[in-house]
Amino acid sequence: MAAVKTGAEVAGNRIAIVAVLIITLIFLAPIYWIIATSFKPRNLSTTIPPTIVFTPEISPFVKLFTKRSQLREQPTQEQLDAAPWWERIVLEGGEKVVRDGKGNVQWSAYPNRFMNSLIVAITSTVLAVGMGTITAYGFSRFKVKGEADLLFFILSTRMLPPVVVAIPMFLMYRAVGLNDTHWGLILLYTAFNLSFAVWLMKGFIDEIPKEYEEAALVDGYTRMQAFFKIVIPEAATGIAATAVFCFITAWNEYAFALIMTNRRAQTAPPFIPSQVGSGLPDWTVIAAGTFLFLLPVAIFTFLLRNHLLRGMSFGAIRK
Amino acid sequence: MTQIELSGVQKWFGAVQVIKDLNLKIEDNEFIVLLGQSGCGKTTTLRAVAGLETIDEGDILIDGKAVQHLKAADRDIAMVFQSFSLYPHMTVYENIAFPLRATRMNRADTDKSVREVAKVLRITDLLDRRPSALSGGDMQRVAIGRALVRRPKAMLMDEPIGALDAKLREEMRAEIKRLHVKQGSTTIYVTHDQIEAMSLADRIVIMHEGVLQQVGSPEEVYQHPQNLFVAQFVGSPVMNVANASVSESAGKASVTAEGATQGFPFPNELLAKLNGSAGKPLSLGIRPEGVIVAHEAADGFVPAVAHIIEPLGSYDIVDLKFGEHMLRARTRSGFVAGPGAQVFARLDPTQTHFFDAASGQSLGVRL
Repeated sequence: MAAVKTGAEVAGNRIAIVAVLIITLIFLAPIYWIIATSFKPRNLSTTIPPTIVFTPEISPFVKLFTKRSQLREQPTQEQLDAAPWWERIVLEGGEKVVRDGKGNVQWSAYPNRFMNSLIVAITSTVLAVGMGTITAYGFSRFKVKGEADLLFFILSTRMLPPVVVAIPMFLMYRAVGLNDTHWGLILLYTAFNLSFAVWLMKGFIDEIPKEYEEAALVDGYTRMQAFFKIVIPEAATGIAATAVFCFITAWNEYAFALIMTNRRAQTAPPFIPSQVGSGLPDWTVIAAGTFLFLLPVAIFTFLLRNHLLRGMSFGAIRK
Repeated sequence: MTQIELSGVQKWFGAVQVIKDLNLKIEDNEFIVLLGQSGCGKTTTLRAVAGLETIDEGDILIDGKAVQHLKAADRDIAMVFQSFSLYPHMTVYENIAFPLRATRMNRADTDKSVREVAKVLRITDLLDRRPSALSGGDMQRVAIGRALVRRPKAMLMDEPIGALDAKLREEMRAEIKRLHVKQGSTTIYVTHDQIEAMSLADRIVIMHEGVLQQVGSPEEVYQHPQNLFVAQFVGSPVMNVANASVSESAGKASVTAEGATQGFPFPNELLAKLNGSAGKPLSLGIRPEGVIVAHEAADGFVPAVAHIIEPLGSYDIVDLKFGEHMLRARTRSGFVAGPGAQVFARLDPTQTHFFDAASGQSLGVRL
């Protein structure tokens, strides 16, 4: 039935659309700023008013991935001619790329920190979602003594602001040698995300009718097989949503990463701002690092978008 | 050859006993229907046989072997759920093949079995679809196919067509019957719908509040209900039941329902047969088709006024008022002109049941 809209309703709709557009622009502005800055020449990055129109260049990315040192004097034409294109960009900026004794280019710490972020975030997400799903299944399908209290306890681990326990955690980690290790951060992020994963997954698993499993049990499968063949595929949507949330939390975590790591296992969040301090800050490099750091979450969410959007209720259970 | 036997089965949910000392023997190839209201224990009984529910006491025997401690997977029975429980992430083909995969049957044999079953159920053209793209009836066919494909020792069906609309239910009822005749497997079928039970069952098991009330062929439970519960649960429209008294005047027996102005005459042999129950308060039971209605007064007929008429197409159900007492009668359609019409009625003695009013048990008196 096509409802006829009154003039007031049409006007209202248009105002709403304009409002949504404005809000979207406000939210996207910082992201545009970061992306734009990461392609700007250094001298345009901090102009007032901001430079909107410029010729994009990739010098910030070249600088991001290389170790550089300041040049005392302007590079000579010979030096410029001898250098490959990417090195020339650095030279023109008044810096030179650091090479070791054999002439190999020295990489900056950024790729390593980025890799640390990936290792820590992916591992802790897999662990939190895996353990969370199994725990949630137990709570959902079996009578657990003191279920409500246990679930509340699990949730209560989220109530304390994590930073409050940062110092004791740091001391404990130092005592057991988990400081500045990947496993240290993985353990922390898993523990932090687990309560969230249990609660979210319990909601999703509660929605899966237990007749599915019962049918599988009668059809000759064990409960474990029924869990993997029926519950996991049916809960895929929930698992995807939970994984996205856990991944984002672990990926963006700053406070613990700052305190618990400094070199070997340091992740990107504490590393990127640490680059501000050395010499005059090169905002284009920081922006480039931030821009690349945004990509994994964006890609991960994009890949799982179908699962995130798909409803749970398209099955063939009749109620 | 599969026999299922329940012997002294008891089951509690907390303080509530849902199955009370159930004894039942189901023969090979028999189609048994567990009939009762919701909460009577019929579904729990079925789930106990399936292995989805434990029992607290008693034995469940399949081919003479106690199985109550076996897992569902090890009992070699199949079950069709009311909700169908088709796995939404699998196609129809994968759904039907699923039980075979559990037995690690090879690909070729699996394919052959799935296609055979699909052919029997006429769903071959649906094999590539997802359950969400099927109609209710087709979902049910697939669910039955998934149960049949393994050639299990027994089929359990929990209100398998309860979720379908009336017309489709009738169709599927006929199809289940056809399949049973063709495939012939021991089947336990749970329903609260007595028409379904009557039309499908070799024997009906009527349960009420966890207690088995009567086991018998559809004809038996309809014609010879053992108690008031069975009498009123089986048959549609429901049997008329009234507190009644039997009296004798001038050598003639008559039965008077509570509130009625005049008694119905009965053959004298009733007095002799009822002798054992003399003095006990009685309940009279008569199905609407046992109330015979006429336009003209005649010997043995009692005057009555038509009250409400429900035209049902092939016949009418007429509420007749005898003073304060009301009886429902089944008449030819249009037989009674309208509400308020004066008619005459008598009770068919051969269709009249007598129950002990206190216990509800049948007195076993039939003329």
